[in-house]
Amino acid sequence: MFKKFQPSTDIAGQTPIKSSVQRSIRSAVLEQWKIEPETLEAVWPKKEGLVLVKCREHISIYTVHGEPIFFQHFDGPIYPTLRLLHKYPYILPMVRVDRGAIRFLLAGAHMMCPGFTSKGGYLPPAEEGLAAGVPVAIHAEGKEHAVGVGITKLATEDMKKVNKGVGVETVTYVGDDFWVIQSL
Amino acid sequence: MPAKKNRDKGDKSAAIADPPPAASEPEGPPPPEPRPPVRVLYCGVCTFPVEYCEFGSSLTRCKEWLHEHDLEAYSKYYSDEALQAKIGTLSLEAQSKLEQETAKKEAKAEAKADAALKKKLASQVTIKRIERNKRKHVTSIHGLEAFDIDLKKAAKQFASKFATGASVTKNPQGLEEIVVQGDVSDEVFEMIEGEVGILKGIPADNVEIVEEKKKKGGD
Repeated sequence: MFKKFQPSTDIAGQTPIKSSVQRSIRSAVLEQWKIEPETLEAVWPKKEGLVLVKCREHISIYTVHGEPIFFQHFDGPIYPTLRLLHKYPYILPMVRVDRGAIRFLLAGAHMMCPGFTSKGGYLPPAEEGLAAGVPVAIHAEGKEHAVGVGITKLATEDMKKVNKGVGVETVTYVGDDFWVIQSL
Repeated sequence: MPAKKNRDKGDKSAAIADPPPAASEPEGPPPPEPRPPVRVLYCGVCTFPVEYCEFGSSLTRCKEWLHEHDLEAYSKYYSDEALQAKIGTLSLEAQSKLEQETAKKEAKAEAKADAALKKKLASQVTIKRIERNKRKHVTSIHGLEAFDIDLKKAAKQFASKFATGASVTKNPQGLEEIVVQGDVSDEVFEMIEGEVGILKGIPADNVEIVEEKKKKGGD
């Protein structure tokens, strides 16, 4: 999503958000992520207004004090930025790819199923399986921190069964154009 | 509040369905204090978390940086045992291929940086005095963006310095330039020379002043 992203051309405008809309965003975040209200309060204090940065292709980025904290495509799920995810790694369910896939992930490729099912990879066990269309933190074999944020294209159980093709679509990753932007 | 109730319910069911494997927290009421964020050490050279430097395009410089700033982390990631452990499930062949590719990438990035620097040194800033109406002129300044200067801020600076209008406009070539009302070309040149405000890092040799007369008969 952010492989190519130029603030000068891709941003259509910035507007402060109405407090009523902010409330609904806050409750959506609390619903979608595994985050305590107190922690969210630390990231995004109630007093601080959220600023919506509208970008091309229906991407909205939400910033606090110019620092992006989460983003959304159209009205899909809300993703945390990678820097936020590094600070609070437990907010999204985690999947892991093997070492061979890191290189491709850092070039912006989507993650294929075999990367998760091989020895270095990890998918949640069957009873905790994820459905398709869930934001996940993509970790990498032998690494401590997340390398990207993605969205599952198949349910994790199906990934294990099919073991072919795209399993997780990469949304943002370390070193893409969105990573480079530290403030808007 | 019905909305809140819903949310709580959703939370709970989610917790049963998929507790995070990485940070399995003891169940119970959420702590009243916000959980402190994890501190991640980001590389000063490539901005990646330091463990991902090896996939960046400046590994050698990243290593040096880490060695200087955090010896402990350096030995964690680049000691012999760490390098051994890292190979992990990859075959030897794949590993050597990966290394080759990293080296190649590094060389490529360096060449690119060199080229960018050269381009920067070669790029020109043009201060153009445009006649508007016999005794009236505007001054257009072109090429500042090559020196990483925020055009909007620069325009603001010119406007407040000269107490005239200054704006960022697109010229016919589709490039952005600053247009200042009035003939201020010499003053602008002096400002660039003296590195006033945000106008920093422009060698005076790269600045040229030109004059554009209105075409005869034109409107």
